[in-house]
Amino acid sequence: MKLLTLNFLTCAIKSCKSTPASFPLHPRDAELEIVEADLNILFLKNILPRLMWDELRVIGSELGLPELPSTPPTREDLVEPSTTAIAAPTSDGTRDAGEEEEEEIPTQTAKDLHRVLLETCIKEGKLVCGNCGHEYKVLEGVANFLLPGHLV
Amino acid sequence: MADSVNQDASYEEEHVHSVYEQIASHFSSTRYKPWPIVERFLTELPDGAVGADVGCGNGKYLGVNTKVFIVGSDRSSNLIKIAKQHHPHSAIVADNLSLPHPPSSFDFAISIAVIHHLSTPARRVEAVKAILTLLRPPTRDRAGSGGKALIYVWALEQKDSRRGWDEGHEQDVMVPWVMKGKKEKSQKPTKGVRQTAEEMVREEPAKPTEDKTFLRYYHLYKKGELENDVIEAGGKVMESGYEKDNWWAIVGNKV
Repeated sequence: MKLLTLNFLTCAIKSCKSTPASFPLHPRDAELEIVEADLNILFLKNILPRLMWDELRVIGSELGLPELPSTPPTREDLVEPSTTAIAAPTSDGTRDAGEEEEEEIPTQTAKDLHRVLLETCIKEGKLVCGNCGHEYKVLEGVANFLLPGHLV
Repeated sequence: MADSVNQDASYEEEHVHSVYEQIASHFSSTRYKPWPIVERFLTELPDGAVGADVGCGNGKYLGVNTKVFIVGSDRSSNLIKIAKQHHPHSAIVADNLSLPHPPSSFDFAISIAVIHHLSTPARRVEAVKAILTLLRPPTRDRAGSGGKALIYVWALEQKDSRRGWDEGHEQDVMVPWVMKGKKEKSQKPTKGVRQTAEEMVREEPAKPTEDKTFLRYYHLYKKGELENDVIEAGGKVMESGYEKDNWWAIVGNKV
């Protein structure tokens, strides 16, 4: 399960969901794997405003990953500044947007973000609710949130 | 009350969840073509939108739009094993009445052919409520600005379909899923799920195996019923209709 998923997950128990302590879920005994994926700058740009950065930093440090910067990158931080300047305009001096998109070169920041959010996956382990302490298992890369009957 | 809830849940466990778990691979091999209205809903989303696919099955809708991010969930871990391959999305095992998402966090949600598997009116309304809870609420000044969800359910009115049900028929039905025993289908099933694969592969070709029939519970919706459930769940119907044996509705939260 890619780490980006944790940005949108909390405890499945109803009474926990409204408490701040239930987010984010805390990985425990996690075995990580890298699952390579194509980097998509537009996707990263779009997902940026949705990231709960401080919480992701907590997760990263709990997993022993290299520390994430204290503030989230901006959209501009993701693209090499030179790329738009190099891109050659067409004869009438215009470029269509799609073409420009293809020419964007990801910065190291973008590559790092892609690595952390989309390629770093929890293969085995647990996700623990900070409020009630319930543990959700991750097996073969799939987190299981089914609750035992008495907790539904 | 708690007892009857447990009874309803265990009824669904036997007549819905365990069936999908067993037929996952075969079921998945027949589920690849997106329905047009679902496809339209997903492709019209703004780039970067974040959503949930509640009851995503094999993830056939996770492939439609890769410019949005979807967390798919399903009760069946065998179906999720298939669904999780859809990049950049994610897939988790969860119950649609106990979803592990922060409230009001999604721009959109879909729940396609899912809530008709819940066995009481109260649980079906609760399932709609659980979807509405996921959505960003609308801002006060703009009524249509909140998150929206597309819900699809099987219709009672489908007299021209293979099943032939229509108005006035029993709405709570058991629908067979037949896994062919002897004949090898030319269409290959998706690999990856052991027990179903074993049922499909013949170790002794001379000895014919019987077809295996699984029964799944469905509640067939009559005209207007889905909209009523949405209103009872406290939501608002923005658009609704009928498409090829199914009722659908695009819903959101009230301001």
